Amino acid sequence: MFIIKCPYCGDRDHSEFSYGGEAHIVRPKQPTELSDDQWAEYLFMRKNIKGLQYERWNHAHGCRRWFNMGRDTSNDKIHSVYKMGEKPEK
Amino acid sequence: MSNKFRLSTGGQINRTERISFKFNGKIFFGFKGDTLASALLANGVHLVGRSFKYHRPRGIFSSGAEETNALVQIINGKNKNDPNLRATQIEIFEGFNAESQNCWPTVNFDLGAINNLFSPIIPAGFYYKTFMWPANLWGKYEHFIRRAAGLGKSPTENDPDIYDHKYYHCDVLIVGAGPAGLSAANVAIKAGKKVLLVDERHHFGGDLSFAEEEITKINDLKPLDWIKKTYSELQNNKNIMILNRTSVAAYHNYNYLIMMQNLSDHLSEKEKKGKIRQRLWKVRAKKVILATGSIERPMVFDCNDRPGIMLSSAVRKYINYYGVKCGNNVVIFTNNDDAYETAISLHNRGVKIQAIVDIREQSNGTLPKKCNELGIKILWKNTIVYTEGYKKINKVHVMRLSNDNSSIIGNKLKIKCDLLCVSGGYTPAVHLFTQSGGKLIYNEEKYYFHPKSTSLNQISVGSCNGIFNLKKIIEETQTKTNEFLNLNHNEQLNITESKSGDFENIWLLPSDKVSGKTKPFVDYQNDTTANDIKLALREGYKSIEHVKRYTTTGMATDQGKIGNMHALGIVSKITNTKMGELGTTTFRPPYSPLTFGAIVGRNVKQFFDIVRKTPIHTWHEKHGAKFEDVGQWKRAWYYPNKNESMYEAVQRESKAARNDSGILDASTLGKIDIQGTDASEFLNRVYTNAWSKLAIGKCRYGLMLNDDGMVYDDGVTTRLGENHYIMTTTTGGAASVMNKLEDFLQTEWPELKVYLTSVTDHFATVSVCGPHSKKILEKVVKNVDFSDQNFPHMSFKEGLVDNIKCRVMRISFTGELSYEINIQSNYGQATWKKCMDAGKEFKITPYGTEAMHLLRAEKGFIIAGQETDGTITPIDLQMDWIISKKKYDFIGKRSLYRSDTMRENRKHLVGLLTDDPKEILEEGAQIVEEVKNKPPMDMLGHVTSSYYSPNLNKSIALAVIKNGKKLKGKKLFVPMPDKTIEVTVSDSVFLDKEGNRLNA
Ligand SMILES: [Zn+2]
Repeated sequence: MFIIKCPYCGDRDHSEFSYGGEAHIVRPKQPTELSDDQWAEYLFMRKNIKGLQYERWNHAHGCRRWFNMGRDTSNDKIHSVYKMGEKPEK
Repeated sequence: MSNKFRLSTGGQINRTERISFKFNGKIFFGFKGDTLASALLANGVHLVGRSFKYHRPRGIFSSGAEETNALVQIINGKNKNDPNLRATQIEIFEGFNAESQNCWPTVNFDLGAINNLFSPIIPAGFYYKTFMWPANLWGKYEHFIRRAAGLGKSPTENDPDIYDHKYYHCDVLIVGAGPAGLSAANVAIKAGKKVLLVDERHHFGGDLSFAEEEITKINDLKPLDWIKKTYSELQNNKNIMILNRTSVAAYHNYNYLIMMQNLSDHLSEKEKKGKIRQRLWKVRAKKVILATGSIERPMVFDCNDRPGIMLSSAVRKYINYYGVKCGNNVVIFTNNDDAYETAISLHNRGVKIQAIVDIREQSNGTLPKKCNELGIKILWKNTIVYTEGYKKINKVHVMRLSNDNSSIIGNKLKIKCDLLCVSGGYTPAVHLFTQSGGKLIYNEEKYYFHPKSTSLNQISVGSCNGIFNLKKIIEETQTKTNEFLNLNHNEQLNITESKSGDFENIWLLPSDKVSGKTKPFVDYQNDTTANDIKLALREGYKSIEHVKRYTTTGMATDQGKIGNMHALGIVSKITNTKMGELGTTTFRPPYSPLTFGAIVGRNVKQFFDIVRKTPIHTWHEKHGAKFEDVGQWKRAWYYPNKNESMYEAVQRESKAARNDSGILDASTLGKIDIQGTDASEFLNRVYTNAWSKLAIGKCRYGLMLNDDGMVYDDGVTTRLGENHYIMTTTTGGAASVMNKLEDFLQTEWPELKVYLTSVTDHFATVSVCGPHSKKILEKVVKNVDFSDQNFPHMSFKEGLVDNIKCRVMRISFTGELSYEINIQSNYGQATWKKCMDAGKEFKITPYGTEAMHLLRAEKGFIIAGQETDGTITPIDLQMDWIISKKKYDFIGKRSLYRSDTMRENRKHLVGLLTDDPKEILEEGAQIVEEVKNKPPMDMLGHVTSSYYSPNLNKSIALAVIKNGKKLKGKKLFVPMPDKTIEVTVSDSVFLDKEGNRLNA
């Protein structure tokens, strides 16, 4: 049970948020130009990282905004929280 | 029965309040302040249970949460049986009634004990080896095994007690109110911090509360007086809250802790009335101080499990805190000085110490010296090799250890006794520390694991941190707490204590017998002996986690609080691996078992889950509707007339809707208000069909896919204005569609100017259908020209019901002429009633969701989630017409051209007609081409919807079938357990293919 700092609302309890999978997977702008394999790569393939992972979160029971989070999956330490469209802090 | 083992004075029990209670059907008495264990011991009762596998007699072993033997079941009617409670923790009250567990039929005569005779053939892994193979024999054994092994009885009726949840935030949470916890609290409150101090026991002071007062003094105060003084000073501070009987069950990341507070279990039935039983605390602490203490270890030797063998510290607690002597002739077996304190306490209160058996060569501590002066016999460098006594110990066999401690030498000495105190040193209680993710380190000289590092804002103080000297505990706790809280509040205490830390350790003591002939128990509750661990290692198990599972050591309800270290030690010795490298098994929450009641709290019955009701709900209730759950909604399912079955009601409702007029409460459909200059473009992207050219005031059906091309949801969307739409979704899909659309808007298409608002609850929807629906609407809704020219199918008008604005959509899910009135929720029921009144002359009939499903099935309309299951594309549904060929992209488009979605033999939606028109198929039934004598048969697909159609007078069904598009007219089979039903593949639209009825 983390405490997550929503970039819009501040520190809130884990239970207010929902998880949205790996971050920075951009939906192809021209899907029709892609081969089946390329499209499958976008659609199905996800990383399963032990360590720092960038992922999407939604403040579902709050401001309802989506944002990104860098989280270490081995100890659940949250390294960074940033808005959609922004790049993670290095 | 008299308290013949109770001292005439002393102890913290209230001797003026006598309590009678029942145990295993017998009446005993004790005093207010007694635990069940102390009261039983005062009555001379040691035997309280049987062991899990061999059903050996077992007695009270400890005095706290670590108890491994004395599991009892509280008996209190059908609804309050409470199994797996530790007699050492339960406080008795007038009328208390409990039974032993794990004995059948009684604790004194136990049939399962026959296992003990066969124990050489019940080694580790016995259950796996014997009963898991061959698998089909398991059914034969299971009943017997479960009965023989049973861990208590669960109640058979609802729990009548009240449970509560509480969220709490604090600056500092201190777990454990022993000397370390109290000292830490003393510092923390000086900082003006909001402090929460909790302890699982009913009293404070930890083990210090039963220290021998002759030996230990703090500021010249007896230990209990110092505890009471410290406690009352803390209690007067407004910054601190102190909770007793509160056990931390789980310590999660980010300092989130779950605790269970027992509020009234210790009260009599009368006092309990109306009170909360237990409260679950969910605590967020900025900082956590763990002062969880330590647990004394036993010694592992042959037959170390008999009743009357107890932890030395427990015996000290019973005599000093409860005024109970656990025996009259005592032998003490130790490897450290702490046990000598017990000897002095017992001696001072007139109990005869027969001997102290110490595995060490000597000790230069002051306590052994004192015992010597008192004339107590000490047998240095000796070990116990065996004990005698079936239901109670009566003799110990003592032999001298060889120089290297690996074997025994010399002659056997037999000493009579009725109590054996064992003391194998202390293990820091690091359970919560490791639960929180902390890493341990092994101290090779002191033989224990203690905290090494944590990533949380947390410290461990006192004996859970591996410090056992009182002076050191208090001083170091002060220093560490000051550092932790950036303070400087040290208080000099004058502490007298004479324990030394000298300590020697032998995980498995040598014996004069070969190892197959001994029973040195490591895990008492699960009956694991050192020999089982050796066997597991011989059979190739190396990882401690595997050894644990194979031998089940540490897997009982006490989670190995007592025996875990010995199991590790034995593995370490045999495999020649350092303990530190071996690691520990994982301590998982809960530290002490929780009740389901506390976990659930008040979330029962109507509070278990949210129930959503439409504004028309009370009308449905009044008119006898049966309801069905759709998501969280209660939807009117059907409205049976007197004595009508569900089938009859649905047939009647369906017929009326087509022949006269029907009315349906469609308020539960999801409604999303979509506004913004890019609203049309947005719809283009989320639906498969084109939306840009939809005229204002028109409605359109849309199919929404996932990006994998599978159907996700469907519904009608109406264009209310240039940049304004209202979308409807399925009842169950409303929230997830909203989330999905928001997700795309915020993350993939932030450039679109579109705003979504969920308005499901804002509008009530009354749907009126049937040939007379237009006439009814004309009577109810003003300011609307209902002529077909002005108001054709798939269009919308604004009107008035009385003076209230409403939106009317002419759309149809039944295939009939049909209108939906959307009106502000609070006018929903009035509008419904107006329609009922206006429809009286046209025999308007309310119909529920079941008739609605039947009516749409006659038309072959799909229900997302019934005909589809996440593996069905629009092409599979034969709805190719709804896929725009012109649009560059929409969600799911690319996936419709994947080789798998274009595959020929996918399952397609088709109609099915039974050869016998009266035969109704079962939804979910499998369809085959060829019937075989028995399964398996090649399955082509399954029935998704099936009804008897009253309008067509025959059975109809929808199904998804492999290559169904090409099978029209083909005869297939639906094999059922008792018969095989013959069916023919048909078109999926059964009624009014031309759609004439829409304009009836
Ligand atoms: Zn937020």
